[in-house]
Amino acid sequence: MDNFVNDEGYFGAYGGAFIPEILHPNVKHLQNNYLQIINSEDFKTELKDLLKNYVGRPSPLYHAKRLSELYKTNIYLKREDLNHTGSHKINNALGQILLAKKLGKTRIIAETGAGQHGVATATAAALFGMKCIVYMGEIDMQRQAPNVKRMQMLGTEVIPALSGSKTLKDAINEAMRDWINNSKDTYYLIGSVMGPHPYPDLVGRLQAIISEELLTQVEEETGKAYPDYIIACVGGGSNATGVFYHFINNDKVKLICAEAAGQGIESGFSAATTHLGSVGILHGFKTIIMQTKDGQIEETHSISAGLDYPGIGPLLADLKDKNKCSFIPITDEEAIKAGFLLSQKEGIIPALESAHALAILDKMQFNIDENIIINISGRGDKDLETYFKYL
Amino acid sequence: MENRIDVVKNKKNILSVYFTAGYPSLNDTETIIKLLEENGADMIEVGIPFSDPTADGPTIQESTNKAIENGMSLQLLFNQLKSLRQYSNIPILLMGYFNVIYQFGVENFIENCKKTGIDGTIIPDLPLNEYNKDYKRLFEENNIYNIFFISPETNIDRIKEIDNASKGFIYVLSASQTTGKNISESKSIETYLTHLKSLNLSNPFLVGFGISNKQSFDYVCQYANGAIIGSAFVKAIAKGNLEESIKNFVNNIKKV
Ligand SMILES: Cc1ncc(COP(=O)(O)O)c(C=O)c1O
Repeated sequence: MDNFVNDEGYFGAYGGAFIPEILHPNVKHLQNNYLQIINSEDFKTELKDLLKNYVGRPSPLYHAKRLSELYKTNIYLKREDLNHTGSHKINNALGQILLAKKLGKTRIIAETGAGQHGVATATAAALFGMKCIVYMGEIDMQRQAPNVKRMQMLGTEVIPALSGSKTLKDAINEAMRDWINNSKDTYYLIGSVMGPHPYPDLVGRLQAIISEELLTQVEEETGKAYPDYIIACVGGGSNATGVFYHFINNDKVKLICAEAAGQGIESGFSAATTHLGSVGILHGFKTIIMQTKDGQIEETHSISAGLDYPGIGPLLADLKDKNKCSFIPITDEEAIKAGFLLSQKEGIIPALESAHALAILDKMQFNIDENIIINISGRGDKDLETYFKYL
Repeated sequence: MENRIDVVKNKKNILSVYFTAGYPSLNDTETIIKLLEENGADMIEVGIPFSDPTADGPTIQESTNKAIENGMSLQLLFNQLKSLRQYSNIPILLMGYFNVIYQFGVENFIENCKKTGIDGTIIPDLPLNEYNKDYKRLFEENNIYNIFFISPETNIDRIKEIDNASKGFIYVLSASQTTGKNISESKSIETYLTHLKSLNLSNPFLVGFGISNKQSFDYVCQYANGAIIGSAFVKAIAKGNLEESIKNFVNNIKKV
């Protein structure tokens, strides 16, 4: 199977490993070993068992009939929100913690935006008895407070990132500094398809389970081998990469990414990376990033902490260049509206991130005989306080 | 023309000082360079501020944030350094994260370095393979030395690879850590530096990260041609009169 990346970690023009020399031994070791480890029978058996019996996979593909009626098309929801810990992030966290164990690492660090990756990592670390530290922007700690408490209850130490915009990008900066200072014993468990090679490829492969399941589920639910559209929200891009993965080479499937427009693309309070960004290097890889003309990284804004990031994964940047994937900006308000609509039509309260994907339904025209898959990347429990303001 | 780094690189007890351009005030660049040279520093690293300096500790983070707030940019820095070589003869390197240089345009950057009389660059997040692939020729054709790092975790093959690729000197990290943490004069650092010295590399090396005072400077100079001081200098010039603080700082390190 084509896995999109070359030996140097490039997806087309994007990716690579722009790391300080201190991290070279660590990253090189990971680059040299990750494929062999994650493709070993040992690893596959152990992860498969965890995903089935601990996470509760496969996640259902649910035909949302009342929503379909409203939009006069066929809408199917991929229910990553039903996973243990409440989002797709657990797929990646369990895979990487197994990898960390095989590499002999004893200390786990992670960054988190919405707190979902932090909770998933804290969960995996508890399960494997490993010490875990999560960096989280101070602003995100406030707006996703329940997840901070969850991580603490799971035995993880949460350290606030106090620099810059105090959101996801700054949490990554702090995690990278920790990694530099503790490169020997520490494994950096990155939460999305970002960072130096091999992380974007590694995380993409671990999230590819989402579309692997779809290969049979789509047939069962729709009677067709593939859907017409797949829609996902994009922060770094891990749930989008996972739900697209096995359909990327199928030109008949249209791939749609919902980007966080914040208060609007022109407002100055946005996180719509592909609309506002240009090529640059951040957090160890080359991609599209939001930056000033002087190359300083811009502070982003989104109501959803998980989408509040100034870059996107290198595979998605490459797919955009090749016109294989379109990016549509969704404002805070549109996402809230879509979140309420799903709650009241289907009885599912989605994460604010996933609500951005749902809001695409208002932005496009679909035919009555088309099949649309929307990835519900997570559940809305963590976002209730934000939603309640709009009740 | 001869690269000024080559003129000093084989001396003993080389003091190379880092400061962030645009800090403490936007227009201090020229003053700081003159004062460092006057007071006997041997080499200067001018930091190009970046919003997300992932290899730096709190002191340099704060100075770069302040510098950006003050309005510093790479273009402005080159403007400030326009007449550099009319008043200064000291080797000067620009140090910064790759994105700022990439946005400026690497060719444009090198052209400006050459025009200004910059001797070298230090780009912590531009690793050897990316440099070799896309930029090596450009730098070498313009006689700009790009300096590479080695750390205590760098294995012998990699050290040799870096030595082969280097011109000027090698930047040896005192420990695997971000900037601004003091080194400990431990057995392990002694073993590490003695080992490096015994390899008889073709380039001299300067030790940096964690060198903060006369004691740590003298300590590493037993094993290396010199040392690089960053955070401690940035702290020293944060407040008060530049003339006095720079004089005191350099004299204190250099006194015999
Ligand atoms: C539920 C949910 N969806 C989506 C995201 C965005 O991340 P990614 O784009 O990597 O899927 C997050 C991130 O925290 C999340 O918690």
